[in-house]
Amino acid sequence: MTKKYDTPLLDELEKGPFPSFVTEMKKAAAKNAMAADELGLLEKSFRDKVTYWKHGGIVGVRGYGGGVIGRYSELADEFPNVAHFHTVRVNQPAGLFYTSETMRFFCDLWDKYGSGLTNFHGSTGDIILLGTVTDNLEPLATILSMNGFDLGGSGSAMRTPSCCVGPARCEWSMIDTLDITYDLTQEFQDELHRPAFPYKYKIKVVGCPIDCNAAIARADCSIIGTWKGPIEIDQDRVRDYAKKGMNIQEEIVNLCPGKCITWDGNNLTINNDDCRHCMHCIAKLAGALKPTPPFGATILIGAKAPFVIGATLSWVVVPFMEMKPPYQEIKDLHRKWWEWWSEYGKNRERIGELILRRGMREFLEISELEPAPEMVKEPRRDPFFFWKEGDLEGKPWEKWLK
Amino acid sequence: MPYVIPDVVDVKQRKTDIGPPHYKNFLPPVIQKNYGDWKTHEILTPGLMVHIANSGDKIWTVRVASPRLLSTDTLREIADIADKYCDGYFRFTTRNNLEFLVSDESKVNPLIEELKAKKYMIGGIGPRVSNVVHTQGWIHCHSAAVDASALVKCLLDDLADYFTTKETPNKVRLAVACCTNMCGAVHCSDIAIVGIHTKIPRIEHERFKDLCELPTTMAACPTAAIIPDPAKKSIKLKEEKCMYCGNCFSVCPALPIKDAENDGVAIVVGGKVGNLRTPPKFSKLAVPYLPNNPPRWPEVTKAVRKIFDAYVAGAKKHERVGEWIDRIGWEKFFDVTGIPFTWQHIDDWTYTFETLRTTAQIKWVKK
Ligand code: SF4
Ligand code: SF4
Repeated sequence: MTKKYDTPLLDELEKGPFPSFVTEMKKAAAKNAMAADELGLLEKSFRDKVTYWKHGGIVGVRGYGGGVIGRYSELADEFPNVAHFHTVRVNQPAGLFYTSETMRFFCDLWDKYGSGLTNFHGSTGDIILLGTVTDNLEPLATILSMNGFDLGGSGSAMRTPSCCVGPARCEWSMIDTLDITYDLTQEFQDELHRPAFPYKYKIKVVGCPIDCNAAIARADCSIIGTWKGPIEIDQDRVRDYAKKGMNIQEEIVNLCPGKCITWDGNNLTINNDDCRHCMHCIAKLAGALKPTPPFGATILIGAKAPFVIGATLSWVVVPFMEMKPPYQEIKDLHRKWWEWWSEYGKNRERIGELILRRGMREFLEISELEPAPEMVKEPRRDPFFFWKEGDLEGKPWEKWLK
Repeated sequence: MPYVIPDVVDVKQRKTDIGPPHYKNFLPPVIQKNYGDWKTHEILTPGLMVHIANSGDKIWTVRVASPRLLSTDTLREIADIADKYCDGYFRFTTRNNLEFLVSDESKVNPLIEELKAKKYMIGGIGPRVSNVVHTQGWIHCHSAAVDASALVKCLLDDLADYFTTKETPNKVRLAVACCTNMCGAVHCSDIAIVGIHTKIPRIEHERFKDLCELPTTMAACPTAAIIPDPAKKSIKLKEEKCMYCGNCFSVCPALPIKDAENDGVAIVVGGKVGNLRTPPKFSKLAVPYLPNNPPRWPEVTKAVRKIFDAYVAGAKKHERVGEWIDRIGWEKFFDVTGIPFTWQHIDDWTYTFETLRTTAQIKWVKK
């Protein structure tokens, strides 16, 4: 194919050391008419400083209510090959591992049915196949399924769960993040493919509090691995770090938020009772310190971006949960949460917003969970609290005053 | 697993609700064998690390930058490289970098040589800058106030040394979101850029009737600036309450807000997601507005560089940007970066009280 459009502005972005998305688009444009028009359209956006995609677009495949993001160009006359330019979300393998054979399958498929442009990966985790026409969607979904792949989520549904690399290649993972992700994705296929919630719902799983998948910020339910046993110390290795120039006092002891580590120049001691399980000492003294069982996860809820009530981070609802297959406890909780949210949630209200609107008490009660200090940064500061019939009947103070 | 792409597709063959394939199908044998049984790891160079299992087995990882948007040509090249050095195994990271997984130590250096020859950017491991989590921008999104891929390219061209070689006091996570929906990780990154509007949406009354739902549109507004206009079967806007978030356009196509001359970006700083040392933090506003200036956005690159350099010069080892600012104080942050403090920096939305300074503890930066 000969070059279709001049792209003087985009050409600037082929210079410099970081790999260029423009080069990628040009490679695809050299053999694909959609990609060529996409490049032309983008140059126009750069010249005019606005997006040229029309609002919204509802397309999909039979049986599913999500998985495809419809997109139409405002400038279909000028760039007819991107009149339709839909995105197909494909559920990624947990941990984002691939083989060359699998990747070539995606390339063959996408050269035949799409623009030849992809994203590895979308922020939620899906493989993003960028740009195809409506008529290709059914055959695409069919071929994907014949080869063991399924669409990911979109719309007011459970979105594609994702995780950190976890036990596949990390010594700190205290739960099987890949297996939990795979298992929950399979368990909730219906909730993923057929939007039935007030709004979107995301699950992210990480193996430890370092949180390499930003679970606490990007998932309505954040499952974060943690431990309850003492931190095991290999004193020789700690001394090695000191010999190699680490200032243990400054870099480890002084930065411990629990103020529970001491170093006498020869031995490191940790008062595990005061450890906050932040991972700093373990990560910085890799190979010398090791968390020990019991292992499990802290379950947090509610993270979302700013719309509508302001950005939130997830907050603790279960301080420690064992995470063993078949992960029944977390599945049961989800079913209770979703039933409550579906009943009370307003249109486009995230579950976190609903909890803040109706109160943690109601949320904990429908979850059949008891209140615990691990759930709060601090108790409330005002004296304006509700009482329910029965709260005082058992005279709860008598027990602890005895 | 042999893959098939039939010439004629019988859509009745489609299976539903099968979910993704099992991850075990994609794990290199040494990972399968040592799954969940790793002892430790070492960062050998900025782009190379080795993980050592309790069994003594090792796997080497070579990390390279990816623009996230990839053509099938490049994906095929990656597959070829993986076949040559990695028995076909590779993965992507949660920041969209690419990792080659090498089980045979003798293949590590040849792989790195070939990657260098092919101009791959190797690095991103350890205390440095890694890839920029970003969104679709003008490439594929209807609500983008700025492009995303271009900003990422500009930022990482400028900070390339800090990806491939130089160290920072701790990791510096960068992110770009092309509108205030903030898909991705902008609200919890060390330095991040978000596309913003600065003018109110236009109301296309005729289209509103056909295309939009009144209650949904009203509920989308965080400041309740939208009220019904029964006469026109449309809406009115209380202009003084609108802060141009564009959420009404997300639910109603008749309220376009894009504006070539007045759209731009804000820079936020100091967020983190990890629990190491201090709890996770949100990013906070540092620069309220910079203009859209494609294709290189020089003002944005320069501003990020100012903040970045001030952090590298001022932070102690292991301090993230947010931890550094917590230690020195915001008055000092604005002083050392030279960023002018404006009306826009003082919260007047949801969290005002939480963000005001309820103490006499102040540093005198203007003597
Ligand atoms: S979150 Fe923890 S377990 Fe998961 S990859 Fe990161 S450090 Fe490892
Ligand atoms: S994990 Fe964190 S809180 Fe616990 S001892 Fe280590 S540094 Fe201190």
